[in-house]
Amino acid sequence: MDKSYPLQTRNLNLYYRKFHALKDVTMSVEARTITAIIGPSGCGKSTLVRCFNRMNDTILGARVEGRILVEGRDIYAPDTDLTQLRKTAGMVFQHPTPFPLSIFDNVAYGPRVHGESRPEELNGIVEQSLQSVHLWDELKDRLHEPALDLSPEQQQRLCIARLAAVRPRIILMDEPCSALDPIATSHIEELMEELVRDYTILIVTHNMAQAARVSKNTAFMLLGELVEYGETARIFQAPKDNRTKEYIGGRYG
Amino acid sequence: MNLTRDRVVSPILFAIASFSITALFVIGVFIFVEGLPVMLRVGVWKFIGSSEWLPLEGKFGILAMIVGSITVAVGTLVVAVPLGVGCAVYLSEFASKRAVAIIKPSIELLFAIPSVVYGFIGVLFIVPFMREHFGGDGHGFNIVTASFVLGIMVLPVIVGISVDALQAVPKVYRDGSLALGATQWQTTTMVTLKAARSGILAGVILGMANAIGETMAVIMVVGNAVVMPNSPLDSVRTLTGNIALEMGYATGDHRQALFATGVVLLVMIMMLNTLTRYVTRKRVARQ
Repeated sequence: MDKSYPLQTRNLNLYYRKFHALKDVTMSVEARTITAIIGPSGCGKSTLVRCFNRMNDTILGARVEGRILVEGRDIYAPDTDLTQLRKTAGMVFQHPTPFPLSIFDNVAYGPRVHGESRPEELNGIVEQSLQSVHLWDELKDRLHEPALDLSPEQQQRLCIARLAAVRPRIILMDEPCSALDPIATSHIEELMEELVRDYTILIVTHNMAQAARVSKNTAFMLLGELVEYGETARIFQAPKDNRTKEYIGGRYG
Repeated sequence: MNLTRDRVVSPILFAIASFSITALFVIGVFIFVEGLPVMLRVGVWKFIGSSEWLPLEGKFGILAMIVGSITVAVGTLVVAVPLGVGCAVYLSEFASKRAVAIIKPSIELLFAIPSVVYGFIGVLFIVPFMREHFGGDGHGFNIVTASFVLGIMVLPVIVGISVDALQAVPKVYRDGSLALGATQWQTTTMVTLKAARSGILAGVILGMANAIGETMAVIMVVGNAVVMPNSPLDSVRTLTGNIALEMGYATGDHRQALFATGVVLLVMIMMLNTLTRYVTRKRVARQ
């Protein structure tokens, strides 16, 4: 088992019916770092990140070829426990998506579906999870209010807390700041920098500045291909591929 | 040219729309004018609070029939809610596209069957079945039988509205739940159904209003005895049944008392409709 690269793909091809969305993608994501995937809209970056917790399974007509390894295990192997996989590799979505439940019930949701029902345990997990995203002090007296009343930034933090409550080791983020204003975005970025001490983070972003600010490694994708992948500083300062150079120079996207 | 046509079309459509509203208004006024006097003469509380219905002796108390209508409606929900909501959950969350293509139109077709046919099937099959296996004072013509017949009848309403409510739940809720490792069943019960509950409730209330308003199928299977029921196997008479059964020969105060029954019915249905509106409005406000 290769512990230092918890997310890997080997010659990954993905089709939505006849559309070839990912073309022969091979990449390895380093543990406990933030890795960014950039590229223009429709380049397959969201599709790629959704491969790692098999969220593409919910899309009719999606077909995967090649191998996807999470913590060294092939997640399309027949004995894969989907619940376990999604507990290991959690996901934060583009739009904050708290459930139409109370704040408490949102955070307690994950532990509950995995069989935790003892109130003291749940209280502890909720407090800890909200602490980890710095929402506890703001919200500790409002835990039973509807989560949908929160501000967009609070909602996105809540979604991260909800994820933290199932204790994943990997966090997949699909443009987590694109629905937030710049100040909220910088707060979420600060949070990511704290979280990376405990988690491996893979973030899809259309915001190149964000990739440059937060990530250690960056992958550039175009039309389903992984064009270039390496240390963020190198990718931005000395891209090897012409297409990367053009994208970073603002030619398309 | 087109402008002139518009100028003509709009008033015509307005007239047509007004006609429907006028019809509603006239029916309402008519029922109240015909029914209220006798209700006031007998006393409103006596009319709806006594169960002595002896129209030839001038005794008009419809409590037993109010209770009859309500018990049949509640019984209908006991049958129709688990079936209807279960079916809607299957169609919206679990069924393949092909299964939906077969099942959904079939259920909608239930709506097209005339109610007398439901009554007929009830008399032929359910009444004898109830008589043989459960007995009771109604000899098979009872609340349970009527609940089964009506339960199947209102199924299309509950299924249709519940499916719409479930499909209006944003996919992001389902994705969010699945991504946390929840199973599809957990996602459905803990998130999707909760998000859709006001819409489903609206369907249930509308189904209940349908059950209270239904006449023919109920008359045929419920026995129509004007008594306070003591058990679900007793025969009862509903408000709608009372009007339909006696209107043919009623005169004078008796006839007016039937209109008064209609007043009570109208008020009950209006209350349910208002409740539906209130429930759905709250849903809109929250999203």
